[in-house]
Amino acid sequence: MTSATVASEINVSGIGKSYGNFQALSDVSLNIGRGEFLTLLGPSGSGKTTLLMILAGFLKANSGRLRKDGVDITDLPAEKRGFGMVFQGYALFPHMSVAKNIAFPLLVKRQPAAEIRKRVDQMIDKVGLRGHENKRPSDLSGGQQQRVALARSLAFEPSVLLLDEPFSALDKNLRGSMQEEVSRLHRDSGTTFVFVTHDQSEALSLSTRVAIFNQGRLQQVGTPRDVYERPVNGFVAEFLGDINILPIDGAHRSGDVVKGRCAGHEVRVDCGPSQPSATLAIRPEHMSLTVERPAGVNALPVIIQSATYLGSATRFTVKTTDGPPLIVEMPTHAASAQLDTGAKAWIGWKEDRGYFL
Amino acid sequence: MREYARPALLLTPLLLFLSIAYIFPFLGVARWSFTLPEPGIGNYETALTDPLVISVLVRTFRICLIVTIVTVVAAYAIALIWVCGTPGQKLFAELCILIPFWISVLTRAFGWVALLSNRGVINTWLLGAGIISEPLTLVRNEFGVVLGMAHYLIPFAVFPIASAMRSLDERVLLAARGMGASRLRTFWQVFLPMTGPGVLGAAVIVFVFALGFFITPSILGGGRSVMAAELIYLRIFQSPDWGLGAAISVLMMVTVGLLLALLMRFARPKSMLR
Repeated sequence: MTSATVASEINVSGIGKSYGNFQALSDVSLNIGRGEFLTLLGPSGSGKTTLLMILAGFLKANSGRLRKDGVDITDLPAEKRGFGMVFQGYALFPHMSVAKNIAFPLLVKRQPAAEIRKRVDQMIDKVGLRGHENKRPSDLSGGQQQRVALARSLAFEPSVLLLDEPFSALDKNLRGSMQEEVSRLHRDSGTTFVFVTHDQSEALSLSTRVAIFNQGRLQQVGTPRDVYERPVNGFVAEFLGDINILPIDGAHRSGDVVKGRCAGHEVRVDCGPSQPSATLAIRPEHMSLTVERPAGVNALPVIIQSATYLGSATRFTVKTTDGPPLIVEMPTHAASAQLDTGAKAWIGWKEDRGYFL
Repeated sequence: MREYARPALLLTPLLLFLSIAYIFPFLGVARWSFTLPEPGIGNYETALTDPLVISVLVRTFRICLIVTIVTVVAAYAIALIWVCGTPGQKLFAELCILIPFWISVLTRAFGWVALLSNRGVINTWLLGAGIISEPLTLVRNEFGVVLGMAHYLIPFAVFPIASAMRSLDERVLLAARGMGASRLRTFWQVFLPMTGPGVLGAAVIVFVFALGFFITPSILGGGRSVMAAELIYLRIFQSPDWGLGAAISVLMMVTVGLLLALLMRFARPKSMLR
């Protein structure tokens, strides 16, 4: 039973699903690589869970094909796919002990009793539930139930593990430690993980790649850094965190950089090969706020409208002379005491920090 | 203090009603069992040694057990269709459950007699079709009693079982399927055990109801399959043996009490406590 899991590769092509007139998923194509940790991220109703249920075989797509390691599995029923799944709310068997829950998939696979005992033992150690083997799920805490669900879904060494918002019921601290646990299980098992969440920070911290959904359409797939720093559209940019949108007049390419004007000041953007447009997006933490005009960077004069102390950081709302309100977040130790509500100040950002939407 | 006192206050009418309608009369019956015709436990000695009384009690428990098993199995199947079927099947199951539920027990018992008697619909048809040469004895025996009682009791078993099925988290079933379990295995190892408390609850309700059955056994049993309720009736209204009738009543009551205690202990402990 120590044989390494063979992780599978999944190819999703042109998958669509509709309920009456409602298009839950439209033409989604996606490659999920061997051993990858791919997160399906999006607001509720964006189609991410629908796609997961189609991957699991619990829902039938109206169009498109699904392939696992090159073999078409579109019409294969769930029980023949050999995928592990962790459900929202865990879906443990309430009438079975922890050990019996974990043994269930192995019994289904008709493994010899001695093998099952050994494997269950291994999994119990792996998820740190020693001493709880004979308890019923209802006698465990949420985090412990989560561990049982993970152990059960990984016990039969599935080639793909699907996780449907597994942490949504846990409190914040527990969530953090369970995230580490899932990361560790991913590294240990080498299995392909497909994870659904609506929590962008969870998605960014856990995944090797993130697929962002909105209104049934796949918006962007990429590494966490890619999607956060180079979002393809306004939805992705705003969904992944706060973002400032600056209107730019007369943006044009000039050598390596793009030049334009914002609130009467010249702005330079080093955005690589992407096309200049009239809207420039910048993350709040990529901006600084200073009393004096900063040198060597883009700078605009502003009036501070509010300052919120957040502990390690301070968050400012500022307004340019005729532009929209902006948000700037700075480490508290770097923010001057003179930066207070009503004061005049300068925002600054490096040329390579902004990008055109 | 007020928050605790209020619900108690609201319960008083119920307690009063129960006292007047059930508890005091029952205590009266219990007193007869120890005082008529003379003080002592003579009636209980008779009830537990008299071959006639014992044979009736044994028959009562045997019939009730068979009725319970037949009813619960049939109710489980109906509940399954009612909860998990297609919309058409659901409607059909609903009609099958509710229509008999609305018809009087007397009407239904005579309906069965019309169907099952020697010159009833079934025997006439079978004789006419040449399948049998002598009419089958389908009524005025235990078979008729079991059939009539099970038919009456099925809706009472369907409701708790269906409620157990409805409250089951569908994801648990998906989880079992996802781990490779066939539909059959998912049913036997997950669905059935998880609805077990509902089945147990239904079984106790059916058994307790069946113990007190009077009209159905007396019509469909035709005096040959006398059950406890009928025996009590005969002792009290047709022979001046109130003490023995009361003693049998008390014994039945104690049995019902024990069964209900069992139900509380095993079938609904969680939902009762939380």
